Amino acid sequence: MTMRIFVPGDSGALAVGADAVAAAITAEAARQELAVTLVRNGSRGLYWLEPLVEVETPAGRIAFGPVAPSDVPELVAALADPSPRGEGPPRGGGGAAPFTTHPLYLGLTEEIPFLKRQTRFTFARCGVVDPLSLDDYKAAGGLKGLAAALALAPEAIVDQVTQSGLRGRGGAGFPTGIKWKTVLAAEGSRKFVVTNADEGDSGTFADRMLMEGDPLILIEGMIIAGLAVGASHGYIYSRSEYPHANDVMAKALAIAERAGLLGTDILGSGRSFSIELRIGAGAYVCGEETALLESIEGKRGQVRAKPPLPAIKGLFGAPTVINNVLSLASVPFILAEGPAAFAAVGFGRSRGTMAVQLAGNIRHGGLFETGFGITLGALVDDIGGGTATGRPVKAVQVGGPLGAYFPPALFDTPFDYEAFAARDGLIGHGGIVVFDDTVEMARQARFAMEFCAIESCGKCTPCRIGSTRGVEVVDRIIAGRDVDANAALLADLCETMKFGSLCALGGFTPYPVMSALTHFREDFGLLPPNGRMEAAE
Amino acid sequence: MSQSRHGDDRTAVEPKDLSGAQRDELSAIIARFETVEGATLPILHAIQSAFGFIPPAAAPIVAEKLNRSRAEIHGVVTFYHDFRSQPAGRHVLKLCRAEACQSMGAERVARLVEAGLGVTMGETTADGRVTLEPVYCLGLCAVAPAAMVDGRVVGRLDEAKAGALIAEVAP
Repeated sequence: MTMRIFVPGDSGALAVGADAVAAAITAEAARQELAVTLVRNGSRGLYWLEPLVEVETPAGRIAFGPVAPSDVPELVAALADPSPRGEGPPRGGGGAAPFTTHPLYLGLTEEIPFLKRQTRFTFARCGVVDPLSLDDYKAAGGLKGLAAALALAPEAIVDQVTQSGLRGRGGAGFPTGIKWKTVLAAEGSRKFVVTNADEGDSGTFADRMLMEGDPLILIEGMIIAGLAVGASHGYIYSRSEYPHANDVMAKALAIAERAGLLGTDILGSGRSFSIELRIGAGAYVCGEETALLESIEGKRGQVRAKPPLPAIKGLFGAPTVINNVLSLASVPFILAEGPAAFAAVGFGRSRGTMAVQLAGNIRHGGLFETGFGITLGALVDDIGGGTATGRPVKAVQVGGPLGAYFPPALFDTPFDYEAFAARDGLIGHGGIVVFDDTVEMARQARFAMEFCAIESCGKCTPCRIGSTRGVEVVDRIIAGRDVDANAALLADLCETMKFGSLCALGGFTPYPVMSALTHFREDFGLLPPNGRMEAAE
Repeated sequence: MSQSRHGDDRTAVEPKDLSGAQRDELSAIIARFETVEGATLPILHAIQSAFGFIPPAAAPIVAEKLNRSRAEIHGVVTFYHDFRSQPAGRHVLKLCRAEACQSMGAERVARLVEAGLGVTMGETTADGRVTLEPVYCLGLCAVAPAAMVDGRVVGRLDEAKAGALIAEVAP
């Protein structure tokens, strides 16, 4: 019998040597005459264990990691050992398979606490299936949502999405059902569905992981969106920085076309939908929805003033649904399991699950899909295990380069749109970047302004000029020149950018800057609030 | 005069002029996207993939075929960080400079690589071997610091791995 072995083809795994491990397994299995079928799955999202090698046993999949090519001969020898195998990973008791004593043995994958504690709606198949096997996809519950949608009227699909409470996972948190309803009601000779896969925020990789690990779910979600609003063509706008994801996505689209999932007769329903994959060209601002639409149209990625909303006048002037990858990928579950199943999880007005991404200086970095409401501290300390360097956590930036820096004093904040907003922060696309106590927060504030200056589209003045002036002001503070006056000037500049910018790039850059200035005053050469009062007396 | 800065596998192109064969190639690329709506970016990507950069002489041709002004096409080419107006080195090494990588020492790695190659970010070595570029997020934030060398991803960069990268691109 052939043994099925899984080695992720996810780029996070490739970056730490998964290809070399896969090649070593193939070669070593041949040498030791072990019949092996190698599957290149997506990642389970346990990146500190990558390359994570899994082996199928009657008891379930068992994991080894992190595996280096030099570990492979011994690993294959353990797997090839003919003494009892199949009893599964024993915890005591007889019949222990020899591989259970391997130093990299992690037990049943599903029982690894980081994975077991999650609620996986959107990432249920990611890392489990062969991403490019439609049979795997169907066997694991795929296309059930689409089948349900095909039996419903457009209004009923929109209603289900509205009832689920799904909010845009790109960061703005706008109710997806309301957006779809607007597009459905809008007049237009043609309409579009656009996936925003321009995942440029540092600390985020959920879109990439899903496109590499379960691309068909995005295709299914987009088709459902098309049925719901009356669109027959869609675009996926991805990034040039994601060549692997784009490659998998392109192959998945070809598979879907061949299988009649896309085209002029979706699964024999007579309905049509097609999808085109577009690749950006290294402009962060194209993650902003109107800049993204400009870019698909072949223009500079400059932000459009709103209104008109893209839902009314979007791509090529037509009513357009533009949603994040994770929003659209949440839809098949909602249609398949019902909106109540989705809404049953969550916190306050944030319903369903969020794919939290633990990144940067963190011991257990990876993807953690869970219901909203878990605290920031639980994510960083309990699940993430604190810093990778073992030093104390000084700050975490939540929501990408436009998100606020929170000190551990705010770790009781629940992961929820409103709770973060109440503390002058945002959850954005769900990325959490951890910094240890060696970080200098004035430098991080400077970087936020610098990044805004590099990536500004140049359309509005507060962002274009404000970011450059912002770098200069922070430089003066770092140099110790008129620190109090310059800090006040920086706060004033942030106020102007926040309220005067056209889009979130200029409008949200004040979040990292002001949060650093507020919570880490010492790093700017300022006295902490209390000390300052006393000094002034 | 001609400096051999383009890759071995790329067609040699002088920035100012295109040969007849190159013009034909360009026309063939543009023709491939005839039925594509909003084809500017796909066309520019295809041109860069074929020529290694966007030859300035190509912009007016693209403009004419797409019925847009030269200024518009020039505006698009210069807006996006990816599009080059001159060829890159034989190897392109991109180092992520964004926050998640910063938190794991990306700046130290960047200084090491700059010193090792004798260039600063955005420059090509004098022998045309390597172009070093910053990139803002490769989505490898849980295996930071990250880099991409000629499309291959590398994570958990430390001094040893950075040294190996330098040795690989500039032996």
